[in-house]
Amino acid sequence: MTYTELTLIGVAIVIALDFLVFKTKILTRRVFWVSYSIVIFFQLVTNGILTGFGIVEYSGDAIIGSSTPKDAPPTFLGDGRIVFAPIEDLLFGFCLVVLTLIIWVWLGRNGVQRDPKSGPPRKIVERFLGIK
Amino acid sequence: MSKFAYVSVLLGCILGTAWLEVFLRTKVYRRAIRLVLTILPVLVVFSVWDAYAIAQGHWTFDDRYITGITTIANIPLDEILFFIIIPICTILSFEAVRSARNWEAGDEQAR
Repeated sequence: MTYTELTLIGVAIVIALDFLVFKTKILTRRVFWVSYSIVIFFQLVTNGILTGFGIVEYSGDAIIGSSTPKDAPPTFLGDGRIVFAPIEDLLFGFCLVVLTLIIWVWLGRNGVQRDPKSGPPRKIVERFLGIK
Repeated sequence: MSKFAYVSVLLGCILGTAWLEVFLRTKVYRRAIRLVLTILPVLVVFSVWDAYAIAQGHWTFDDRYITGITTIANIPLDEILFFIIIPICTILSFEAVRSARNWEAGDEQAR
């Protein structure tokens, strides 16, 4: 199977795990989508370093775009890539993030170190974020 | 750029999120058992994916930029560390948003 196919299957599996198997339904929660938006920004930065410098290189046979060229950075945007990385990486990252949070929330729901709960932020952060 | 290029990016991820534990009191590292029990299955699943992708040639690594230490199924140590560190950063981000906004995540009480 190609990387493209595997990521699509992966997304379907994590959605099924969230709604049908673990029933965590984190994909319906605002806290998930806000934290995922933050994660995806930093994924683009760090993955851009890994793929832009050619630390990790991809085969054109496995992705929508073409192979990482030898001794040159891949396309920044376009040719199936976003910030040097194959767009498949976004779906791979989605699977990694969602699976992680499903298990984390499921464990908490089942009483594994539900406490101590997170928060509250320190005063200096509250002032900076303009909350409370 | 060196053999430590890949792990330097991961180090940046760990250092870049560490302040959340202190300033947003995420208490993720303090819940070490829950953290480890979350990481283990994720590490197994994504190592299998990685092993398949490496075997099929979906992706390769430039030897100049990774440690050169290989674990099982030709998976570089750098990748194993990735599948440990990224889940930690993910949970820190998630708990930081909860800390700041008090939104429900579904684990507040036993069902």
